[in-house]
Amino acid sequence: MENTAAPHTCQCSVTIRGLTVKKHDGLILDHIDLEVHHGEILALIGRNGAGKTTLLKALLGRCAYTGEIIYHNAKGETIKKPHIGYVPQRLDFDRSAPVTAADLLSVSYSRRPVWLGTSRSARSRAAAMLQKVGGDPAILSKRLGSLSGGELQRVLLAFALEPMPDLLLLDEPVSAVDRKGIGLFYDLVTSLRSEYHMPIILVSHDLSHVRRYATSAAVLDKSILSRGTPDEVLASPDVQEIFGLGGA
Amino acid sequence: MDAIYALIDTLLPFEWTEFDFMKNALLAVLLISPLFGLVGTAVVSNRMSFFSDALGHSALTGIAIGVLMGVDNYLLSMLGFALLFALGISAVLASGNSSADTIIGVFSATGLALGVVLLSASGGFAKYSSYLIGDILTVQPQELLLLLFILIAVVLVWVLGYNRLLLTGLNEDLAAGKNIRVGVVNRLFAVVLAVIVTISIKWVGILIINSLLVLPAAAARNLSRNSASYHGLSVVISLFSGVTGLILSYYWGIATGGTIVLTAAVVFFLTFLLSRLRRR
Repeated sequence: MENTAAPHTCQCSVTIRGLTVKKHDGLILDHIDLEVHHGEILALIGRNGAGKTTLLKALLGRCAYTGEIIYHNAKGETIKKPHIGYVPQRLDFDRSAPVTAADLLSVSYSRRPVWLGTSRSARSRAAAMLQKVGGDPAILSKRLGSLSGGELQRVLLAFALEPMPDLLLLDEPVSAVDRKGIGLFYDLVTSLRSEYHMPIILVSHDLSHVRRYATSAAVLDKSILSRGTPDEVLASPDVQEIFGLGGA
Repeated sequence: MDAIYALIDTLLPFEWTEFDFMKNALLAVLLISPLFGLVGTAVVSNRMSFFSDALGHSALTGIAIGVLMGVDNYLLSMLGFALLFALGISAVLASGNSSADTIIGVFSATGLALGVVLLSASGGFAKYSSYLIGDILTVQPQELLLLLFILIAVVLVWVLGYNRLLLTGLNEDLAAGKNIRVGVVNRLFAVVLAVIVTISIKWVGILIINSLLVLPAAAARNLSRNSASYHGLSVVISLFSGVTGLILSYYWGIATGGTIVLTAAVVFFLTFLLSRLRRR
């Protein structure tokens, strides 16, 4: 497995400095410093309640924090309003909503309000993107709520990739998909990594996937306990303790 | 206005269109019902039906404030209070400390009780009870112009902002990733709701205004798979219920608002049955 970051022709990155989140019941995240570069797939691991979800929320601008999150584009310039491709582990939404996959995806390809129908060109571009991430274009006319876990995942990934995100956030993407789908999904993410110039943060519980697919890893428990290559991080005492591997 | 009346006489040479108040009411229905059909889709999708209900209740306090200030037209005082009320609820909701149901319930009860108390203090509540069920037959030509203006404005908002509203209603995290300012979208939608509920409350009534917002969209939802058919059906069902309710109420001599709501309710149950049968 290749575990080194891609060569730095592109300077896009996300830099987190001193990120702290306090909620009424105490400190959730404590001075997180983290840098993720172009072509890097950073696996974020940690026990339940370690603050992974809160970190994702902070990156999405969905919770109040102190500290800095700075995005850089390919030329190394700061991006004020970054696009974040977010693929949640389980999309929390109204499954009876009359919204098709085409409705969702065409929002990214056309300014036309979807209640006036989706344009032909938006549909064909959405179909092309869906195909690229391994989804069947036939599901475009299905309601989001009627899609299988794997199908919804593809739709969300296609949605995340247009417009080109400055950061791709994958939140435990494996939990909703069958085992064969997991391998395909990670192969896909790996190929996206070489094709698209964006840093990827992946929240994962499955250490074997971290070892196989991530290019770097970080252990989170309120703060970053260790950071390095997947092998280094997985061998660290923190991971051994959290996942109860007992020197495996 | 005369030209429009003449047009109605030509197109609809029936007994119920003979009187000018019925012509006005018909025009009002033709303006209000597509408006409610359109906005209702997002009320249902973004789970705001309890919120819009509370807005209706707040109108009573708005009227009371108008009475206390000694103005003749309560529209401004209602609108002002409804906007404060809507933004107040949004702010408390955004702080995220209690459940939405509870917060809206508290606001709704307060808005209603405050209205009743203030109105009874300033000379009796009974005078204003017409606001509870409304009367579309009292609509005046210049008010129709206001409704037309509101309809155009809302359609414009819907053209420019619907996609953002859709994503926000679907999942706020997903919307936030696309650089959508979820808080702003929610607040703007609350303002749109406050405006249309307040403007139409005089003709539709505090007690039934929410049914008109929710029923057509809920019925459309039973049958639609995509956003376009959802909106199309909602507007069509709303128009159908509005016109049918108006005509039935004329011939049967019953309250118009209630008849419109009952018609929409019948459509809802029919579409519900239809969707059940389809699923088999």
